[in-house]
Amino acid sequence: MTEIPKEEYILKCTSACAGCSSSLILRYVLKAAGEDTVLVIPACCTSVIQGIYPNTAMNVPIYNVAFAAAAACASGMSEAFAKAKKKTNVIVYAGDGGTVDIGIQALSGAFERNTNFLYICYDNEAYGNTGMQRSGSTPTGARTTTTPGGKMHAKKDLAGIVAAHNPPYLATACSAYPMDLFKKVKKALSIEGPKFIHVLAPCPPGWRYPSEQTIEVGKLAVKSGMWILYEREYGKVTINGPSKAAMIKPIPIEDYLSVQGRFKGITREAVDMLKSQAEKTAKHLKLEEEGIC
Amino acid sequence: MYEIRIHSRGGQGGVTAARLLALAAFRDGKYATACPFYGAERRGAPVVSFVRIDDHPIRVYSQIRSPDLVVVLDSSVMETVDVLQGLKEEGTVLINATHGMDVGGYRTYSIDLTGIALRENLVVAGSPILNTPVLGALAKMDIVSVESVTSAISEMFSDERNVKAAQAAFQELVI
Amino acid sequence: MLTIATGNKAVAAAIKEIRPDVVAAYPITPQTEIVEQIAEYVTSGELDSRYIPVESEHSAMAACIGASVTGARSFTATSSHGLFYMHEMVNWAAGGRLPIVMANVNRALGPGWNVWAEHTDSLQERDTGWLQVYVSTVQEAYDATLMAFRIAEHHDVLLPVMINLDGFTLSHIMQSLETVELGDFVPPINLPYAIDTASPRGYGTLTGPNDYFRFRWDMERSMRDSVAVIRETEDEFARRFGRSYGFTEDYHCDDADVVVVSMGTIGKEAEVAVDQLRREGMKAGSMRLRWLRPFPDLDLSGRDVVVIDRDYSFGFGGVLAQSLKAKCGVDPFSVIAGLGGQEVTYDDIASFVRDRRIGEEHWFGVSD
Ligand SMILES: Cc1ncc(C[n+]2csc(CCOP(=O)(O)OP(=O)(O)O)c2C)c(N)n1
Ligand code: SF4
Ligand SMILES: [Mg+2]
Repeated sequence: MTEIPKEEYILKCTSACAGCSSSLILRYVLKAAGEDTVLVIPACCTSVIQGIYPNTAMNVPIYNVAFAAAAACASGMSEAFAKAKKKTNVIVYAGDGGTVDIGIQALSGAFERNTNFLYICYDNEAYGNTGMQRSGSTPTGARTTTTPGGKMHAKKDLAGIVAAHNPPYLATACSAYPMDLFKKVKKALSIEGPKFIHVLAPCPPGWRYPSEQTIEVGKLAVKSGMWILYEREYGKVTINGPSKAAMIKPIPIEDYLSVQGRFKGITREAVDMLKSQAEKTAKHLKLEEEGIC
Repeated sequence: MYEIRIHSRGGQGGVTAARLLALAAFRDGKYATACPFYGAERRGAPVVSFVRIDDHPIRVYSQIRSPDLVVVLDSSVMETVDVLQGLKEEGTVLINATHGMDVGGYRTYSIDLTGIALRENLVVAGSPILNTPVLGALAKMDIVSVESVTSAISEMFSDERNVKAAQAAFQELVI
Repeated sequence: MLTIATGNKAVAAAIKEIRPDVVAAYPITPQTEIVEQIAEYVTSGELDSRYIPVESEHSAMAACIGASVTGARSFTATSSHGLFYMHEMVNWAAGGRLPIVMANVNRALGPGWNVWAEHTDSLQERDTGWLQVYVSTVQEAYDATLMAFRIAEHHDVLLPVMINLDGFTLSHIMQSLETVELGDFVPPINLPYAIDTASPRGYGTLTGPNDYFRFRWDMERSMRDSVAVIRETEDEFARRFGRSYGFTEDYHCDDADVVVVSMGTIGKEAEVAVDQLRREGMKAGSMRLRWLRPFPDLDLSGRDVVVIDRDYSFGFGGVLAQSLKAKCGVDPFSVIAGLGGQEVTYDDIASFVRDRRIGEEHWFGVSD
């Protein structure tokens, strides 16, 4: 069995909200990456929760950079380390807004250039830092402060967009499955080139559920098939255990939606859209895993 | 000019309390400003808000350094924050507590706002909402009129429990 | 109607009154409340603008440009990093002679991240061809936003207008607000040369040096002509709604031996400092600069001038202090204060005046 190291690289004194899964994710990412790691962080909740100068809650170098710039900045870092023959891990840890919206140009460029780095997008499905506005990753029907009547547009297929760049390693993960996440980060960092992990990050104030339910909400996402755990190594898809089980016997997606205040009053059409989208993604992944498409 | 500093934790409604208080003072025919001091903190961190009430237009924007009244919505902030800092000698303290408290020798009023919120079922995402009950206590202390508190609350919230909570606090506070 | 609102809400309320055809905006602290409130208005049907939830500020301004060139009225709001990210399009809007209106909530720039008030963001856009006004109260934020559209769309101007309000200090403070019914104060937009398939034109086509130069001269001429349009608009506003503004707000300047010049909320706090100094027997005055572009003619001769800059041009000086030096021939005591949201109280301002060292520069709280 894989042992998770005891070392902590993120101290308990962060100013994250109670029940924040994003800081939990970062904790496991750093445990997997170890001390020879640099984090590149665009504007997001993580720019706030790491603490205020002169303090930092992080035990690895952490470079904060402008909202749109993370992947490009990491490209420079990665090339400079390569020039200096250093093996330091360069990890971008970015929110969904900094990835699917303002940061997508830099992300695409870095993947196309085969930059040696790991890009992790923690997806709380909105702009948390600025108080929960919609992002391109907000699901249909979710209420945010800029979609008070529920979002009309669909969630961007981020993993699909990244997959179109044919990276050597791409995975999805979820904060409720930390061991799975840990292993994926380890594996990603053992591979040369651009790697991508898309992590679902339930967020109590944004999704409006009590903070102690963070793990449960993440599990419901996976069990209902609203979030699918899989890996894509050199194009080959493997659906991971928990999602395999969910595909055989999923729980109703209503069980996932109803625990979250942001979906209160969601229309039937929006639920159907979410359902059919989830089913389509699952079907496609299964076919891919079987090598059919 | 009457200056009030409100201490709370992010998410408890201290900022809204300040806004409601300014609105009520304004409905009383006074000039008022309310400004939160925003740190880059997330939910649960101590926050302060400032309210100024005057008979003349208010041109001061800087933080209140010597308040006439300090309101403490969450007594646990007193472990890390000196809530009495700069409080005028003849100043007053209003504190959310289940029992009478004497804070630093100042005239102190205690009231169980949390209890009132829970009784009125004013709970959002697991936290009791204190911003409307506290307005009732402030009315009892004659900072603003009870009519203006009611109209301010109904202007900002449609849920009637808010007005009821303020009325309960007005009844409960012993002067 | 008399109510109470934050600076951000006042801007949104003005937009509800103006009813732009298109609003494209992106959230950023401390401007977010403007975007959220407009989204709320649009969702509830109180405002029938097309609201575009863009993916960046570059796109926000680009969308406003696209809308504006069709002859539509468009609006956006931003702050600091958002303003920098849209910088290319900020220039484009002015060069394209598009009367777009934008609210900028003044905030410091990183690194390190800082969300509090500072004027360096908008001052770095001062050479783009935008008119810039700086406000100091919730009411003024509302009034200036209303007037901005009339000024920008005036055919003698046809340049975009930026309304600047201090982050948090003004954007988040609650003060009284008197909203108005606009009536025909802002006439319907009528953009000459709007895109029209019936008369096809090329826009922004490759332009040789001579024509290009003439276009720039046209921009400068309009900037100069905007002085009269601003005056006329503010006069008409005062006539209709009873509140008058000007290029500066002067407080006890007439007989003053020493005048504090500043912008934004510090300019209001300076009035309190002036009262204090007058009580001490000093003939002090305050001049709050409202319009930075076009830069007004100011008469400051024969008295001491203390300039408070909430900004800095590295290797050069406070932008306001240097502007006054160049435009008004004064040699001020230049105080750099309030960067990154540093507290500047009326006591501090009074002591700048008492301890003034004419001709020198002072960084409040860090130098000497
Ligand atoms: C150019 C620019 N525009 C806007 C912002 C304001 N801003 C900072 S973080 C953020 C949202 C971040 O959302 P996301 O990437 O999803 O991360 P989260 O906050 O949810 O962790 C925004 C809009 C900024 N810093 N820079
Ligand atoms: S808003 Fe959400 S993601 Fe951000 S710190 Fe709070 S819980 Fe974490
Ligand atoms: Mg996010």
